Amino acid sequence: MSPAYALKRCGLIVYTLLVVSLIVFGITQILPADAATMLLGENATAEALAAVRDRLGLDASVWEQYLRWLGGVVQGDFGTSLRTGLPVAPVMIEALGRSLTLALFSIILMLAIAVPLGIVAAVRRGRAADMIVSVLSYVGVSLPEFVTATVFVLVLADWLQLLPASGYVPLTQDPIRSLQHWVLPVLTVSVIMVAHVSRMVRSELVDVLHSDYIRAARLKGMPPRTVLLRHGLRNALLPTITIVALDVGYLLGGVIVVEEIFAIPGIGRQLIVAIQARDLPAIQAGALIMAATYSIANFAADLAYAWLDKRIQYD
Amino acid sequence: MTDLLRRLVRTPQGAAGLVLVGVVLLAVIVGPLLAPYDPEAMAPLLRYKGPGMTHLLGTDQYGRDILSRLLVGARATVVMAVLATLLGTLFGALLGTASAFLGGRADEAIMRTVDAIMSIPSLLFALLIVNLLGKSEVNALLAIGIAFTPGMARIARSVALAVRKQDYVNAAIARGEGSLHIVLREMLPNVVAPIVVETTIRVAFAVMLFATLSFLGLGTQPPAPEWGLMVAEARKYLNLSPWMLIWPSLAIAMVAIGFNLLGDGLRDALNPRT
Repeated sequence: MSPAYALKRCGLIVYTLLVVSLIVFGITQILPADAATMLLGENATAEALAAVRDRLGLDASVWEQYLRWLGGVVQGDFGTSLRTGLPVAPVMIEALGRSLTLALFSIILMLAIAVPLGIVAAVRRGRAADMIVSVLSYVGVSLPEFVTATVFVLVLADWLQLLPASGYVPLTQDPIRSLQHWVLPVLTVSVIMVAHVSRMVRSELVDVLHSDYIRAARLKGMPPRTVLLRHGLRNALLPTITIVALDVGYLLGGVIVVEEIFAIPGIGRQLIVAIQARDLPAIQAGALIMAATYSIANFAADLAYAWLDKRIQYD
Repeated sequence: MTDLLRRLVRTPQGAAGLVLVGVVLLAVIVGPLLAPYDPEAMAPLLRYKGPGMTHLLGTDQYGRDILSRLLVGARATVVMAVLATLLGTLFGALLGTASAFLGGRADEAIMRTVDAIMSIPSLLFALLIVNLLGKSEVNALLAIGIAFTPGMARIARSVALAVRKQDYVNAAIARGEGSLHIVLREMLPNVVAPIVVETTIRVAFAVMLFATLSFLGLGTQPPAPEWGLMVAEARKYLNLSPWMLIWPSLAIAMVAIGFNLLGDGLRDALNPRT
């Protein structure tokens, strides 16, 4: 990857964040009640409202407000929550940490399930195993997170009493109970991604297994397992990186619902609370952080791709 | 058209998808007529019943018949999802085709902005819009339509770029046709096939998104028999009757699987080369 290209990509991330900040700021500006009314309630006196508007700088033009807000964001200051009165940034960053933990666990579990499924389906193409994997992946992509989550709770928490139904315990406080609390959310988030990625691994591996170098490796008498794992899988897994990065978009959306259902204090739950309370600074910060996470994940995927496959030249 | 249908039925996905979507459409059209009970009639003595002879799928926390609620609720869930997807497709196709036609700087600017908007997860985008417009069924529809627009624009553009290079578009430019004429009359009709495939698959996603919004209390409002709402209510009574959860979940999954299969089948049927 040339330095010029990397610079261009960084420029695009900045542009993305600018557009997202404009959209989110725009949407929150059109809301029927302004921040002062939300802070004081419908019955506030005109003087009190005027005083708060003055303090929050709401009398300035929308553009001035946007630029002032953006100026703060650049310095890491996302403003003060209307709901709690505390600075938004530290709360959101802490919440993001928990969400990323959820995402990371889910991606690891997903790879551990999806890659073997994809290999089996590709090797036994057209046979029963392939059909089963295909049916499973259709079911996987067709279940919304809230359905899978509720079914998991019903079976694993309610009937079998194996795991706690919801809640969050920090890893530092009680590692075993903490991990027990992670199992159901991680399972839920993985389901849709397993469906996507196993399909991707299958179709890539089917293509790769038809290529000349695989034929050559087979013809020179290399054991089938080595051909499959060392020559086939390595090349089939490359495009999977891109799919995983694109899935981060689904992942962040899914995290919103999953955190809400399992009462995990991550960024998704913070956003839902903020949206319900119309806490504008918190909504703006949360949405911007999510968009940034998505952009950075995709950039990282492109970097990894170029690094793993020297034939790829971005310019 | 009959030729397409024949090719569609020949693929296993297409045949299965056609059957599932057919059943769903049947429920949408005549569901309320088939419903054995009034979906909102309460029966305090018949609460939390499992499947049985009088109530085929059982009853919920107010003794309402679950089968009747599912049949009547099909309209709320499926029609809304289809309309939302069509809305997003229309906006996206217009934007993408126009972007491909304009080319150069305008195309670059439009697509970079579309990419930027796509970095907001659809669910979050829909949540923000619903919050802006107020919680209701129609606003959820608009929100999903708007949230789908950038993705559709991206696909429409890549197809339209290929069409843009065709001779008949150059001929139209040479004839001195206006831009609007070229986009609407020459290009749009030829980008339809891949867009139909994508739209079909997106309906599955819209059903899930719509149900999710209702589940979070931001879409259809109770006591309407919307499927996502039914799952949300069932969560409170898991230990009293798991059937309240299982049936609407299966219904949502069936619709989504049906449209996913139909979309994949259509892709194969419309694209005989692969």
